[in-house]
Amino acid sequence: MKTRAISLAILAALFLFAGYAVFFIAPDEATMHAIQRIFYFHASSGWAAMEGTAIVFFANIAYLRTRTPKWDWLAVSAVEVSLAFWSVVLVTGPIWAHPVWGIWWAWDWRLTLTLILWVLYVAYLILRTLIADFERRAAASAIFGIFVFLGVPLDYLSIRIFRTQHPQPVLFGGPDSGLAPTMLKVFLFCGFLMTLLMIFLIAQRYRVESLRYRTEELKIVADEQEELRASARANVQVRGVALKK
Amino acid sequence: MTAARAAAIVWRKEIRAEMRTKELLQTTVAFVVIVVILFSFAFQPATVQARIYGPGLLWIALLFASSLMLNPSFAKEQSNDTIYALRMAPVSPFAIYLGKMLANFSFLIITEAVLLPVFAVLYNFALWPIIGRLALVLLLGTFGLAVTGTVFSAVATQARMREVLLPLLLLPVTVPLLIASVEATAALFAESPALDRTWLAVLIAFDVIFFAAAWLLSDYLLEE
Repeated sequence: MKTRAISLAILAALFLFAGYAVFFIAPDEATMHAIQRIFYFHASSGWAAMEGTAIVFFANIAYLRTRTPKWDWLAVSAVEVSLAFWSVVLVTGPIWAHPVWGIWWAWDWRLTLTLILWVLYVAYLILRTLIADFERRAAASAIFGIFVFLGVPLDYLSIRIFRTQHPQPVLFGGPDSGLAPTMLKVFLFCGFLMTLLMIFLIAQRYRVESLRYRTEELKIVADEQEELRASARANVQVRGVALKK
Repeated sequence: MTAARAAAIVWRKEIRAEMRTKELLQTTVAFVVIVVILFSFAFQPATVQARIYGPGLLWIALLFASSLMLNPSFAKEQSNDTIYALRMAPVSPFAIYLGKMLANFSFLIITEAVLLPVFAVLYNFALWPIIGRLALVLLLGTFGLAVTGTVFSAVATQARMREVLLPLLLLPVTVPLLIASVEATAALFAESPALDRTWLAVLIAFDVIFFAAAWLLSDYLLEE
């Protein structure tokens, strides 16, 4: 409780500073001006989302190998947090793209790949809601998660070839390579900060998941005891009737 | 008993059960034919447009068909309680998976063999000059569909709403397969047909990666 409050306060302070750095320390971009500043949060969210995705894969394999519930808790926490970060990427991207490219969405390989991953993680979470039993749910979603992760390089490869063989309807004016030194510093700081936020969120979600699991266990114990008590009561009544006779 | 022999036995059992009723095949064939007919209302199936949209709609129809067809693969074992017999059989879970996967592969190939002439007539494609190369693309693409679809069929069996769940799991995972198959088929349907090696390589990579994953994860597929 105490560590949670402290880490939350530190994160909030760092984010305030990041906001300041993005708007006042980082220099103005030559062609895009203010809208370019969304990149500091857009790209660093993508960074955190990718790290979260790697954690999911690791946790899925660890669950199937060890069968300890904690790996399933970690997997579902990381999926949800990554999905949140992918959503940030998918929302901030078009906000940037509309003034710069003139369109909200282009079927460029990065955008397409992000969108597919987003859909796959939604499918992962839906799969989890449809299986009631803990062990079945954990194993089924771990298998699906591993297949999703193995598909990413293939998605990357096929979309990359597919979209470069076709002309792109994109006026790409962004900083293709090389950032100004101050920009790079601000960007690295934002990336680091998003990673911290991701770890913090996964830790919180993990705690909720573990509590949920323990509640389920306690419910089962309580139900059993209730049944025992009910059958004991029934026994007493039956005997009572027999005595009266 | 070797895994190959056990897989052959499971395969034979699946084929025999299906051939007694032919329920799955007749429903799926009717479904894909209807889809292909309905697609003709989405655009003018003249030769020019058919060349552009034809390969895509052929594969979308097959993808939809497989996401419906693969569902009963494990679901019927569950509802008949025969899944326990499969679990107790003294063979590796991979052999059972392999037999089921090959059976699904066979059913999909039969569906395609019926669909393809209908498709060629309705959309005005000359199949004969490219039939061998088209068969190669279809075999590779269908194999990938059967490999992933059979795994997800087993995963979805234990869930509620599994009929809706299976397409939801299968369709987004098969995106690379769809792109590669459509592009390879489009290259064959073009004015001067050619076998696109790049896309064949992507298809082979898809098949190998997911078949290896299915092999490694097969122990967990049949669990209670």
